[in-house]
Amino acid sequence: MSVVDPTVRGTPLIELDHVSRAFKVPGGSITAVDGVSLAITASEALCIVGESGCGKTTTGRMLAGILRPTSGRLVYEGQDVWQKKGHDLSAFRQAVQLVHQDPYASLNPTRTIFQTLSAPIYRHKKAKGNRDATNRVRHLLDVVGLTPPDDFLSKYPHQLSGGQRQRVAIARALTVDPRVIVADEAVSMVDVSIRISLLNLLLGLRSEMGVSIVLITHDLAVARYFAREGRIGVMYLGRMVELARSEALVSDPAHPYSAALIAAIPEADPRITRSKERVTLKTADVPSLLALPPGCTFHPRCPLAEPGLCDVLVPELLPLPGGEVREVACHVAIRERQPAAELLA
Amino acid sequence: MTPVLSVRDLSIDYRTRRGPVHAVRDVSFDIAKGETVAIIGESGSGKTTLAVSLIRLSPRSARITKGAILYTNARETIDIRTVADDELRQYRWSECAMVFQAALNSFNPVINIWEQFADTARAHGMKDSAAIHARADELLDLVHLDPARVLKAYPHELSGGMKQRVLIALSLLLEPQLIILDEPTTALDILTQRSIIDLLGTLRKKLGFSMIFISHDLSIAAELADRMITMYAGTVVERASVTDLFYRPRHPYSVGLLRAVPRVSGAMGAVESIPGSPPDLIRLPPGCTYIPRCPLAIAACADREPDLVPVDTPAHEARCIRWKTVAEQVGTAEVAVAEKIATA
Repeated sequence: MSVVDPTVRGTPLIELDHVSRAFKVPGGSITAVDGVSLAITASEALCIVGESGCGKTTTGRMLAGILRPTSGRLVYEGQDVWQKKGHDLSAFRQAVQLVHQDPYASLNPTRTIFQTLSAPIYRHKKAKGNRDATNRVRHLLDVVGLTPPDDFLSKYPHQLSGGQRQRVAIARALTVDPRVIVADEAVSMVDVSIRISLLNLLLGLRSEMGVSIVLITHDLAVARYFAREGRIGVMYLGRMVELARSEALVSDPAHPYSAALIAAIPEADPRITRSKERVTLKTADVPSLLALPPGCTFHPRCPLAEPGLCDVLVPELLPLPGGEVREVACHVAIRERQPAAELLA
Repeated sequence: MTPVLSVRDLSIDYRTRRGPVHAVRDVSFDIAKGETVAIIGESGSGKTTLAVSLIRLSPRSARITKGAILYTNARETIDIRTVADDELRQYRWSECAMVFQAALNSFNPVINIWEQFADTARAHGMKDSAAIHARADELLDLVHLDPARVLKAYPHELSGGMKQRVLIALSLLLEPQLIILDEPTTALDILTQRSIIDLLGTLRKKLGFSMIFISHDLSIAAELADRMITMYAGTVVERASVTDLFYRPRHPYSVGLLRAVPRVSGAMGAVESIPGSPPDLIRLPPGCTYIPRCPLAIAACADREPDLVPVDTPAHEARCIRWKTVAEQVGTAEVAVAEKIATA
């Protein structure tokens, strides 16, 4: 490949290797995630986007090591995490932290901010004595922009706004010096007016502390902003259908599903949004995870679907020939050597 | 022509232990027939308090302290604030319907969709089941649902997008003149959101009702609104046509909201959050309520709360003594960027 892309090259820090995850539900078993591979390097910013039920949260939970894949491997620094034991596993648990969507539910309401943040510091012996622990908590509050820190130490979660709580949740993730933060819809529940500042906080951790950040979101505009120097992965019904540099993905999507999503997004600009080209899908119905279509799961809705090909063979996530490095799971785009956005135009 | 709805100097307080919360302060606006108005602002700006007061569904702790909500149909003008309860019941649904944010919770979970339609229709004097059925079929068809299947279903059997469509169909049952929608697409996936937006646009053209959108999502306003109202700290800080508000904003808070939203198409532009948080609505500071967050605040801003004054055109108003500076600093730049994107 001719294009040097620092986010794709280099040794991955953490990697999902063909992971799948099934859940038992009334009426059978569903495969929430099906054969997803994803390699993340140090201080990378990556977004996973998709609609509800696409498996993005399950993927995030497997990446964070809190959900064991049904098959496939989670690899951290070259080692299979689920084969680790004792000290090694504990080290992994500290290295990868998850920040939840709902800052109202993820903080203990009966604990002060100091108690919430100092508990993991004591438990993991990150401080020498009480004074050191307090200083560390102060420093973390400062890092997440809750200043002056002394105003927040003795507050309870209910005394803080949604945005401030999410900052506390991020500070808590930072208590154990993580190398990777998986943030699942971390800005969805805070007001539009302050989302960007939270995204900037996460991006700052990446540039200043070298933390890799995986942001899971349903909002492509947020993903574009967050991953502007990184990649976006698009998931559909449990599979990764496209993985590409952020700008390439939003300006010239390679998978017909990505193209349909981008065309459907309303924009905060009347002229642009009212003159956007639409991608018309064959049907609005999303197949049930209990009865996934054969072949490419998008084929019943896809305007480019070819009978005998797309409804038979599952497309693999492959690099699109030529140009910038991008991976797409679409028979037609790969064969035509063109992004779907251009094939649909 | 008389507006369908005319809100005059409306003020609403909530009683709390700390004292009254001035959630809505001196709000006035008109909605013309067939017009769509979007009310934007952060949480706590008073937009939902305002919206529910328009159908008198405010919680008991809320009290309208001042003003009038004048609704006009072909026969008469009534003040929703003072109208008798039985007349109010007729006004709800048959004159003015509301589609709430939590569409998912707006249904009675133990009766099927047909019964939801039948209950609503009977409560408003439609007795003929066959006629109700025909109307339900027609409306579900209109929102692209299969009546045969949906009418038999219980709410939990439908997806979020389907429920939102059913709710829109239900809101149209009695042919209201006005529909109030509070964050109607917030909980929905992108493709579903798109189909609901397109649906509302088509229905409005076909049926000619007026809409009030309450949203923190500027993109839905950009899609559907004719006019926009920006609320801050319980009051209107800017009122403009959709193009004026997006391309020629004159209140620093509107500018802040516009800049806080990243875009998918075109140039990313300057994206930044609004610093600080909204003021305490119990103890409002004197002067402009936006001062602590405003990049353009000067000493004179603290003298008194500014009036809503006409800016570039009589139809465009802003509550800011520095609107000309806003125009110089951001207005032209935003227009230049927007026009560049639009022509690219």
